[in-house]
Amino acid sequence: MTVALPAGEIAGKLETKFPGCFEEGGKDNLLVKADSLLDVAAFLKDQPDLKFDYLNYVTAVDYYAYFEIVYQLTSLEHNRSIVFRTRAYGRDNPTMPSVTGLWRGADFQEREIFDLFGVAFTGHPNLKRIFLWEGFQGHPLRKDWNG
Amino acid sequence: MTTTQEMTLRTEPFVVNFGPVHPSTHGVYRMRATLDGEVILDIEPVFGYLHRGIEKLAEERTYTGFIPLTDRLDYLASMSNNLGYCIAVEKLAGIKVPERAEHIRVIMAELQRIASHSIAVGAFVNDCGAYFTPFLYLFREREKVLDLFDMVCGQRLTYNYMRIGGVSQDIPPEFLPALEKYVNHMTPFLNEFEFFLKQNEILLARAKGVGILPNQAAIDCGISGPVARASGVNWDLRKADPYSIYNRFEFDIPTGEAGDCYDRYRVRVEEMKQSLRIIGQAMKNIPDGPVRADVPHIIRAPRGEAYGHIEAPKGELGFYLVSDDSIAPYRCHIRPCSLINLTALREMVRGWKVADLIIIFGSIDITMGEVDR
Amino acid sequence: MEINYGKEYIYDSADLDRHEGRVIEDLKAGSRVSIPDPDAWLEEGRRNILLTSVDAIIDWARRSSLWPAICFPACCAFEFIAANGPRFDLSRFGMEILRASPRQADLMITAGTLTWKMAPNVRRIYDQMPEPKWVIAMGACGISGGIFRSSYNVVPGYNKILPVDVYVPGCPPRPEALIYGIQLLQKKIAKAHAVPDLPKLPEIPRL
Repeated sequence: MTVALPAGEIAGKLETKFPGCFEEGGKDNLLVKADSLLDVAAFLKDQPDLKFDYLNYVTAVDYYAYFEIVYQLTSLEHNRSIVFRTRAYGRDNPTMPSVTGLWRGADFQEREIFDLFGVAFTGHPNLKRIFLWEGFQGHPLRKDWNG
Repeated sequence: MTTTQEMTLRTEPFVVNFGPVHPSTHGVYRMRATLDGEVILDIEPVFGYLHRGIEKLAEERTYTGFIPLTDRLDYLASMSNNLGYCIAVEKLAGIKVPERAEHIRVIMAELQRIASHSIAVGAFVNDCGAYFTPFLYLFREREKVLDLFDMVCGQRLTYNYMRIGGVSQDIPPEFLPALEKYVNHMTPFLNEFEFFLKQNEILLARAKGVGILPNQAAIDCGISGPVARASGVNWDLRKADPYSIYNRFEFDIPTGEAGDCYDRYRVRVEEMKQSLRIIGQAMKNIPDGPVRADVPHIIRAPRGEAYGHIEAPKGELGFYLVSDDSIAPYRCHIRPCSLINLTALREMVRGWKVADLIIIFGSIDITMGEVDR
Repeated sequence: MEINYGKEYIYDSADLDRHEGRVIEDLKAGSRVSIPDPDAWLEEGRRNILLTSVDAIIDWARRSSLWPAICFPACCAFEFIAANGPRFDLSRFGMEILRASPRQADLMITAGTLTWKMAPNVRRIYDQMPEPKWVIAMGACGISGGIFRSSYNVVPGYNKILPVDVYVPGCPPRPEALIYGIQLLQKKIAKAHAVPDLPKLPEIPRL
């Protein structure tokens, strides 16, 4: 049975290794700051007793004030899963570092988030619209998009 | 004495466009392939020709009203899509499913797996060159599965059968005898089908060693389903993270070693046999009782989020739901197993020829409804 | 010659994407109004205009060997393939040849949802079919956009970009329903003149 790891276990380890990586009040749901995202992700992937090598999904949710990017990882060896998230503030040009260097499966999913939400991912090998055409005005899955 | 002079020809790579309307690609999939003669240097996939905005439509429908839209995701495996979505909503709202409904759900999901793999295997062997004969054999058997579904819910392709908390209606009394007849007929048919194709020279020559996906690349790219299992990744959600009542049944998980097209084909055929085994166990001793939990049709899920995933025929299909205590989901994201399985296509085809490109693409088995949503 | 795999795309994919995007936007802007159905034959049939015997033979030949063009976006495609399969046999109507090339086809069965991104390609396929040609709009998505009508990328019915002869409702329509629609089309062809009058559609620019 895949055990969904509670946030508290991992939060302690991450706090000692990367102090200040969590946002305020972010320890309970593993809310990581955008600049320490890559360090935290690499730690979760490479640490032998964590070894989260399989990325289930990358997705974004629009909460008006910010876009929350949610990642779920699974460790095939230890049969555990974990969800961590990060926020991209601002609606004009939100950016986020890309995790395609760690998990290649994030490639198309991050392009989809760019296409439908407008969050740009720095370090992505080929960031352009995937489902809609070049010249489409706006980003449809935003809450304030109308027609 | 004559000396031969070598003449070096200067060649240039050129770009050929495959699709979106193409007889061999499964659905409206487009590739711009950079070729050097017949050898493929690079491909660039282009998606979106079937992008219907299902995730945006989810925010306008109620939880139950979204179930018909999930049918049209991977339209060859509608029961599995329904099941995945219902499991996600049940996790979100904390609804328990009655026993009879769980048995029925497992039977439907496994029958759907057989139907979906029939098309996958048939189309793959079709691409290899067996022009339609194995495809039509499997299609004929798939029609029997569709007859069973027709008996239960009246539809042949997009069922809208599962509901949140169970299934929409009970199985009629003639269903179980017909199911038993089907299971008894299908097992020898699969053996006979395999007998014709397993050692076929042409299939072996075209599929063995072609389009190898290494084990580490499969995990890295997030590949799931028969494609990953053929590369040696021993991960099946029915065993690793059992949902519904799969932990009560005995079945094996076929895995391959080489990760080539032939292994993917063999894994799918073996999975069909294991599905028949599960159905045989599930249809014994189905308890009586309600087929749907006592929940209203318009569900108001509590605030929170949930991710429910199942082992669909094509891979790990998951639904990530965020609820803000209203009758419609705030956000519904669908983890598209077909789109993520396509991440590895680019390096799987480098160095192969155009004919192999079609076979490798066919062996991944995608449905554009799920890629594009 | 040494194969250099390190090379990425040798063409400018962004440029191609921009050009295609412009084509899609132009088509979308020009498709606000539905194209009227070519149903002049209903009126003529009521007036009982007699066809010559040459017309009758040509019409019999045309309706008994309709060759469909491949245009399979979505789910209805599988009901069409099932109609072609061994159980609901379409080849008894002369339709078993599924032509990959639209130049050799005369019937387009639009089996699936049409999106704006796909629309120029479907129009191009239709334009490449030689006359006489007919269109069957299959399924709810073909008639009006179906269950996805309110979506941002879905064309509300194929009759925004093509003239449609027969509409077959269903989601997806059963193969029997599709066969009934094809028989209606055959009745229409039986009453038609040898050279049908199709509306003139605006051109789609070349790639």
